[in-house]
Amino acid sequence: MLLSESLGLSALLFTLGVVGVLVRRNAIVIFMCIELMLNAVNLTLVALSRQLGFDGQVFVFFVMTVAAAEAAVGLAIIIALYRHRDTVDLEHINLLRG
Amino acid sequence: MSREFVFWVFALVCVGSAVLMITRRSPVAAALWLVNTLFNLAGIFVLLEAHFIAAAQVLVYAGAIMVLFLFVIMLLNLGRMTTSDIKPITSRLLAGAAGVLLLAELFVLRRVTVPAALLAPEGSMEATLAAEGAVNAVAKPMFVSYLVPFEITSVMLLAAVVGAVVLAKRRL
Repeated sequence: MLLSESLGLSALLFTLGVVGVLVRRNAIVIFMCIELMLNAVNLTLVALSRQLGFDGQVFVFFVMTVAAAEAAVGLAIIIALYRHRDTVDLEHINLLRG
Repeated sequence: MSREFVFWVFALVCVGSAVLMITRRSPVAAALWLVNTLFNLAGIFVLLEAHFIAAAQVLVYAGAIMVLFLFVIMLLNLGRMTTSDIKPITSRLLAGAAGVLLLAELFVLRRVTVPAALLAPEGSMEATLAAEGAVNAVAKPMFVSYLVPFEITSVMLLAAVVGAVVLAKRRL
């Protein structure tokens, strides 16, 4: 019932998110890739919830809430970064690199 | 049209939009492709009979969160990048190799079967959906078994709101 297909799609989307985080330097795009990974996990939870009961869909709801909070705080951090360094390119934000 | 066909259409658009998202130079284009991905994921949620989650996906993700992203991109005036922010070819190859490795691992994990003791009784999901409707079926476990986590979530949202204001404010 579409379970293994959904898990495959979820794996693919998660991998695309990871690759996006690895190849991009723009902080906002990296942040969007993280949202993509969260969504891939949501798809896994929904697909498995058809076999394991509705608890999985409750978890998806919690993940969405956390993602919303994370987006608000993360974008606030990006605004603060931009105000200090005039860039969101992570190559130029290297204060802790040593 | 069969469910499988519709699923594959949604899945194809989903993956295509995700690939376009990580390859477009402009952050606005990337954000809009991500909206497309999330919207098609909502369609897949409908196919998986998670109607409430699908509605929340469109409202919260494709609506609220992506509007926030676009708002920040336009606030910081990042819409038109003059140089590409995609890393050089060696980094791209390394990232691709890491991606292939991860995908292989995840596909091996996919073969694991769920223990029979964890499975819900056959047909119980459909029966609950038919008897209680899409919203009730999710609301009941949320407000009975998961009431405490639900309430803690509200505290977390409050902390996030305060944190976002403190971080983004020029001076307090």
